[in-house]
Amino acid sequence: MALALQTFSTVKDANAALKATGTRYLGGGTLVVRAANEGDVSISSFVRSTEPSQSAITVSGGTVRIGASVTMAAIARHPDLGTLTRAARAVGGPAIRNMATVGGNLFAPTPYGDFTVALLALDATVSTDGGDLPIETFLAKRDGSHAIVTSVGFALPPQGGFRFLKVSRIKPKGISVLSIAAVLEQAADGTVSAARIALGCMADRPMRAKAAEKALLGRKLTSDGIAPALAVASEGTSPTTDPIASAWYRAQVLPVHLGRLLLGQVAGMETKA
Amino acid sequence: MAKVPVQFTLNGAEKAEFIDSGTTLLHALRDKIGDTSPKGGCHQGTCGACSVIIDGELRLSCLTLAETCNGAAITTTSGLSEGGVLHPLQRAFLDAFATQCGFCTPGMIMAAKVLLDHTPNPSRDEVVEALSGNICRCTGYEPIIQAVLTAARSNSQNAA
Repeated sequence: MALALQTFSTVKDANAALKATGTRYLGGGTLVVRAANEGDVSISSFVRSTEPSQSAITVSGGTVRIGASVTMAAIARHPDLGTLTRAARAVGGPAIRNMATVGGNLFAPTPYGDFTVALLALDATVSTDGGDLPIETFLAKRDGSHAIVTSVGFALPPQGGFRFLKVSRIKPKGISVLSIAAVLEQAADGTVSAARIALGCMADRPMRAKAAEKALLGRKLTSDGIAPALAVASEGTSPTTDPIASAWYRAQVLPVHLGRLLLGQVAGMETKA
Repeated sequence: MAKVPVQFTLNGAEKAEFIDSGTTLLHALRDKIGDTSPKGGCHQGTCGACSVIIDGELRLSCLTLAETCNGAAITTTSGLSEGGVLHPLQRAFLDAFATQCGFCTPGMIMAAKVLLDHTPNPSRDEVVEALSGNICRCTGYEPIIQAVLTAARSNSQNAA
């Protein structure tokens, strides 16, 4: 049975309609229409907003605002968002990237949501009609969220300061075994002065690797320097088992891939010299 | 449930239908309009068999609601041949034995068409990337990749 779609010109009106039981917000359709096709009987209707600000990307003074309806393809081809191209292209194949939105990715369950891993490392702010939330807070509360996400914002990291890696069994498009994003700041002597590392597929939603971040401080990005961080990389994780990988496998390979990311041993990755 | 109007161009021809609200584009194309070239495979956005081109972009018609396509220009594989002459991609798929059961072929051709529209002389890697959202369970992909490269060469020679 087809599910009714209501289209509103403002987020405010769409938010009001979203309060009805069984109503889901329609972004690119790659999550909610998929769920409806699969037979999710909790969905009875769709709501969407066509407010133009939700489809805009603004880059100004080193800060970025990406409207929630912006697609992965639009991010990947934006001339000022080259830092994020790798993360945006990690999502699906070409057709999915033309449809999947930033707002939807925030709600994507494991093993999806690779772009949100990048946003978590970037310490993004998630804006809704009801106000702004740090992404970590938003992710913790997302299951009960009924406010439409309008945009995400973050400060652009310095050149080479952002690293992203998606590990999948099938190239070039495959579902994640895991994904890792890191924002690293280094002092003049090469030691790490600040680190923010986010992991995908290591819990039911993207999470921070806080023990590894702490263990990196004051260390150089060498095999010896990162060893303490790799030793605690799995701390606090609870990876899932699915047809892509078992929880055991994910836990075993996380330090391997984190090590490659930190040492700049990922093909095509740009790092600060 | 009240019907809602949808209007778009399909392969250059104006189409207008009344559909149930929330109907997918795949359902509207196949069961209302009668264009059965997009195939319903997984209905999950995984197989790419339902791929169509909407306003120049490759999209999955199984995850697209028809109402969101009002005013759009939609292209499907059934609109590629002209006057009974196959499109170079269709010709290349036949010549390269790039189709066996044929279920994935319309989606593959749509993905390949978008690629060649933007990148007339793609590398093999670019072809693989362009087809990465489309699953084929017959051919092992190699004949499909070769067909797309052949069609690109054919286009280049015709343009020269």
